[in-house]
Amino acid sequence: MSHPLLELRGVGKSFAGVEVLRNVNLTINRGEFVAMVGFSGAGKTTLMSLIAGLLSPDTGEILLNGKPITGPGPDRGVVFQNYSLLPWLTVTENIALAVDQIFPTWTREQRANHVAKFIAMVNLTPAAKKRPAQLSGGMRQRVAVARALAMDPEILLLDEPLSALDALTRGTLQDEIERIWEQDQKTVFLITNDVDEAILLADRIVPLTDRPAATLGPSFPVTIERPRDRQRLNHDPRLKLLRREINDWLLTIGRRKPAVQQTERRLPALAVH
Amino acid sequence: MNDRRFAFDWLILPLLGVVACLILWSLSSATWAPKLPSPWKTWEMSRVYVVEPFAKRGELDQGILRFTWYSLILVAKGYFLSLLIATPLGFLLGMSKMLTRTFDPVIQFLKPVSPLAWLPLGLVLFGKSEPAAIFTIALCSMWPTVVNTAMGVRAIPQDYLNVAKVLQLSRWKLLWKVMIPATLPYMFTGFRLSLGIAWLVIVAAEMLTGVPGVGGFLWQEYNSLIYEHILLCILTIGLVGFILDRLMSVIEARFKTA
Repeated sequence: MSHPLLELRGVGKSFAGVEVLRNVNLTINRGEFVAMVGFSGAGKTTLMSLIAGLLSPDTGEILLNGKPITGPGPDRGVVFQNYSLLPWLTVTENIALAVDQIFPTWTREQRANHVAKFIAMVNLTPAAKKRPAQLSGGMRQRVAVARALAMDPEILLLDEPLSALDALTRGTLQDEIERIWEQDQKTVFLITNDVDEAILLADRIVPLTDRPAATLGPSFPVTIERPRDRQRLNHDPRLKLLRREINDWLLTIGRRKPAVQQTERRLPALAVH
Repeated sequence: MNDRRFAFDWLILPLLGVVACLILWSLSSATWAPKLPSPWKTWEMSRVYVVEPFAKRGELDQGILRFTWYSLILVAKGYFLSLLIATPLGFLLGMSKMLTRTFDPVIQFLKPVSPLAWLPLGLVLFGKSEPAAIFTIALCSMWPTVVNTAMGVRAIPQDYLNVAKVLQLSRWKLLWKVMIPATLPYMFTGFRLSLGIAWLVIVAAEMLTGVPGVGGFLWQEYNSLIYEHILLCILTIGLVGFILDRLMSVIEARFKTA
């Protein structure tokens, strides 16, 4: 079949009269690592939720393997920004919840081995019996990545997975994501606000314009050969050039609408007890 | 140094509070309230009930802990009935905005009704005092559990529900693997508050129905003009209530997940 793995055609989404996304078009091929960069609050997470099937688009359509997406499903492994681990379950149990659900026909032993394999892949075997509260932010995010990978999804959706982490942990995890990608050759769609991170990891970078009515800009292919070494990349003129091009695009065309009016926001009521 | 500080904060200061109360009590009984038995007299008259707490000398003359035991059994029956109704009800209310809007006014309306008002209705409905007492305990103590469970269900982070959606968990698995564990801390807060109310209600129920227990004993001793035993009962009720609350807090703390 010649379908691209994931295709967005003219996708638009509004919330309460505010247009967040307008006419978003994107094609991701099998095995590709695509990164989307954009301003915070521009609608990156909305786009991710649409692809994940947690929201449905107002206009346009999203196709996975040529078929429209109708809801969430394990064929798209999502790693959410805030880890989304269940705090009452250990690392193993969190991943097992996914594995048990997706491979119900396997034997208990097969499933346990599968869980252990992915915990080992993110170097968390010593912490397998710990609960999320006992782990650092970086470790939690690795659990979330392992959970998504263990579902053996067609595409891995990473929603700013590293943005809550300190710079050093971020670097380590970027290397780890690159290693896993090299190993697994999974299709990956990464959302980030860090252009350098996108250049380090992706085959192709698509910028998102600022809100409201954000849309995707042209693709910037990253031709730097793999494996990419962070140290060497820092001095690579191609990185500097690409970084400047993307930043320029974001700050000029991406900011096409100056003064963005502030929409009213209501804080959620806090439970008192 | 730290140990000393601890002893001072958690032992000396609370003891000072107790001593102050005892002094106030003694002074009161010596001056403006001559009918109030002094602490010493209370102890003298109550000693036999305290040192032989499980003795049974007759239907109306038993050790204080034996009476307490009767009360606790009755409370347990009413309390568990209350949890059995309140927890699922709280879940339903938490999950459905429509149900909340429908029943919230009724709950707010029934919540402040005193046990003294429910008890006669229970007697009319069930004819006997024990089921009437259980009915009253259940009705009065269920509200904190209903309200807190519903609040807990509403407070389940969207992230957890998203995980369940991505995994396409069945409704049954969603309930047992995600919703109930996420709601447990709130549920236990409700359970603890409900137990406090159940214990509050039992005394009133026993006083009105004459069921044997601390409340029944208190009322009977009032009628027999043995006021020392009223004070004994009050102290026992307070102590038991305190212990129950501590026990529930320990359990509650165990379920606090970060």
